[in-house]
Amino acid sequence: MEQVAIADQHDEHHEPTSFITRYIWSQDHKVIAVQYGLTAIAVGLIALVLSGMMRLQLAYPESFTFINPIAYYQFVTMHGMIMVIYLLTALLLGGFGNYLIPLMIGARDMVFPYLNMLSYWFYLVSVLVLVSSFFAPGGPTGAGWTLYPPQAILPGTAGFDWGILLMLISLAIFIVAFTMGGLNYVTTILQARTQGMTLMRMPLTVWGIFVATILGLLAFPALFVSALMMLLDHVVGTSFFMPALLSQGQLTDHEGGSPILFQHLFWFFGHPEVYIVALPAFGIVSDLISTHARKNIFGYRMMVWAILAIGVLSFIVWAHHMYVSGMHPWFGFFFAVTTLIIAVPTAIKVYNWVLTLWRGNIHLTVPMLFAIGFIFTFINGGLTGLWLGNVVVDVPLSDTYFVVGHFHMVMGLSPVLVIFGAIYHWYPKITGRMFNDTLGKLHFWLTFVGAYSIFLPMHYLGMLGIPRRYFANLTTDFIPESAQDMNIGITAAAIFVGLVQILFLINMVWSLRHGKPAGGNPWGATTLEWQTPQTPPAHGNWGPTLPVVHRWAYDYSVPGTAEDFTPQNVPVSPGHDTEDEEART
Amino acid sequence: MAHDIAVAATGENDHIGIVRDWSADKQVFGVPWGKAMMWIFLLSDTFIFSCFLTAYMTVRMSAVEPWPNASEVFALTLFGHHLPLILIAIMTFVLITSSGTMAMAVNFAYRRDRRKTALMLLFTIILGASFVGMQAFEWTKLIVDEGIRPWGNPLGAAQFGATFFMITGFHGLHVSAGVIYLAVVARKVLRGDYDRNGRYHNVEIAGLYWHFVDLVWVFIFAFYYLW
Ligand code: HEM
Ligand SMILES: [Cu+2]
Repeated sequence: MEQVAIADQHDEHHEPTSFITRYIWSQDHKVIAVQYGLTAIAVGLIALVLSGMMRLQLAYPESFTFINPIAYYQFVTMHGMIMVIYLLTALLLGGFGNYLIPLMIGARDMVFPYLNMLSYWFYLVSVLVLVSSFFAPGGPTGAGWTLYPPQAILPGTAGFDWGILLMLISLAIFIVAFTMGGLNYVTTILQARTQGMTLMRMPLTVWGIFVATILGLLAFPALFVSALMMLLDHVVGTSFFMPALLSQGQLTDHEGGSPILFQHLFWFFGHPEVYIVALPAFGIVSDLISTHARKNIFGYRMMVWAILAIGVLSFIVWAHHMYVSGMHPWFGFFFAVTTLIIAVPTAIKVYNWVLTLWRGNIHLTVPMLFAIGFIFTFINGGLTGLWLGNVVVDVPLSDTYFVVGHFHMVMGLSPVLVIFGAIYHWYPKITGRMFNDTLGKLHFWLTFVGAYSIFLPMHYLGMLGIPRRYFANLTTDFIPESAQDMNIGITAAAIFVGLVQILFLINMVWSLRHGKPAGGNPWGATTLEWQTPQTPPAHGNWGPTLPVVHRWAYDYSVPGTAEDFTPQNVPVSPGHDTEDEEART
Repeated sequence: MAHDIAVAATGENDHIGIVRDWSADKQVFGVPWGKAMMWIFLLSDTFIFSCFLTAYMTVRMSAVEPWPNASEVFALTLFGHHLPLILIAIMTFVLITSSGTMAMAVNFAYRRDRRKTALMLLFTIILGASFVGMQAFEWTKLIVDEGIRPWGNPLGAAQFGATFFMITGFHGLHVSAGVIYLAVVARKVLRGDYDRNGRYHNVEIAGLYWHFVDLVWVFIFAFYYLW
């Protein structure tokens, strides 16, 4: 059968007519993206408030009657899970993935808009189920975001009855939602690019989101299966993960299950999850740096291959989270080696970012500040990651605040900085107006310095041996008293950083009405989303004809061109006015 | 010398050629997007079933009580003969046959033969539904006659029933969903939707799903019943 490329097919996207089809049951990727984004930020704020309460408790133990050990565990768990899954994953893929993929590759929408819409609504339901566990009998689960059995479903753990049930159901719904969205992202990138947009001309943002989505489609199954099996253990009374044990003096009905199996399944998901969050951030930050340094990204091909290599390797490192689980030492050796190997492509990326900045025409705009902040933070978290990847170093540091410091740097603060940078960068396109620059810069500096004051000292506390997930560290001999002063300092910084985010929210809302009109391409960027006929882009994105791509996404400051950027849809004239290898060969 | 360089150069070009084809603009695979999407979905689903089967093997190895002998548990006495695994054999046969009728449906779809396509889909649906029916029978027999429960059984390790009900149940859900899916497609074929919009490839996409579900069954059969 003669096959018509999707990009060439007759446009079937009908203009929505009523308010409801336009903004609520919308199938437009841009509206879905904003829905995803706003929902994710809303739950993210809950997680932020929870972290503030944990910090208050740690700084002033015995002062807050409403935070008891049970509540503390619930806060830790919900904070961790919301941040990782419901905020970062949803915002980077559901939010930025939805908004940017069709615009950046020159498509009118995702290939299956209806499924895309369902994806958002399933996500919303998963969030509601999760939040409802705060009101369930016994409250939300307090099992830690890793949900390890047996304790997750045994009396003695907070929310062992309802909380964990709702958590597992919510995760399962989230995975369904993610799959529906993810199938769209991957298929759209593979099959619906506009003429001239070869894979090797895609902006790195698209590459990052693409590979991250594939990771998600292959890693979430493990979480789905483990959630289902734990549900069965909990509700039906099977013994997949439950060995025979005494609980509160009573022999349980379980026998012969394997708790380690859960850990393997969980981390088979959990480690790729780190990259599901990191790869889109890598991609986005590459584009931010290149655009705002007015220079092509250094080593584009290497960047693409590094993303792919990281994606593949991320599936064979998971047990570095289990060095202290009692698994065989040879496994530890294997996983330490793979973990250190993954540092190679990661380091290549970092070098390339720095080399892109090198002698660039750096504009210290708000997005650029966040991008540079990301490079610092990521190097910081990456180096401690090398420590923790080694078994002998990890064993004493495992389950201390060193780990908390490490992962907040590498997968907490780093992606969050990129997300802020990205929101500032694309805000003019999404809303048609500029944000307030001064407020944005203030937001960056206060957040950056504040967040470092939170997370750097945590490394030191960890080396003192302060354990993770402790409700209070009061009278322990090996902890010097000064540690408590440091805890108070960290808490002050945490509350400060939390409050600073109000600046961000105010800026976003205020600029909606009062920002300067942005025009179509305020940053002078080359990628397609800045070349739409309208800003914000209209339904169908491109008006009557699709853009045609003639060059890669990084023609900044090409010698012999009038302006310091040449958009991807500008034809290559005879002479050499592109750095695109493909256009020249 | 010059010859070597020429060879090396063509070799190089071949390799670049493949990369070029793959990364050509517009689309990587010359297929409708629905088909590409189904492939990707099935890849993801493969990981789900792989996790199930790996988990099953792990709990089977770590179970503390003896694992019941599958060929005894799944035996039936028919006409006075004791036949191990007979029902499973029939179920497997039915499902594989349904893959055959599905393949024929796809073939007729590409010939735009509306009636025969629908007929073959109908056969597939009937075979699929009878698979689910036999599975229901098997479950009933295990639960009522043998006293096997997800949380325990009189024959040995509790994980025997747990993994059995979980994995065959999840697979059975796939088959049931497939039956509904095929019914929807069959209806569209009959109504002539695809004659109007030319999307007969939707039959093939449904076929991909159906063959996948059959293939998974072969693995479940091998790992659960034959091991
Ligand atoms: C102002 C920002 C944040 C503060 C003050 C903060 C603070 C904390 C604190 C105090 C803990 C508990 C440590 C313990 O008792 O063991 C924690 C745990 C955690 N946080 Fe954050 N956090 C912040 C942002 C984030 C972000 C953006 C992420 C996203 C990845 C994140 C992910 C986690 C995870 C996964 C845990 C572990 C939960 C567990 O142990 O089960 N946090 N955080
Ligand atoms: Cu990891």
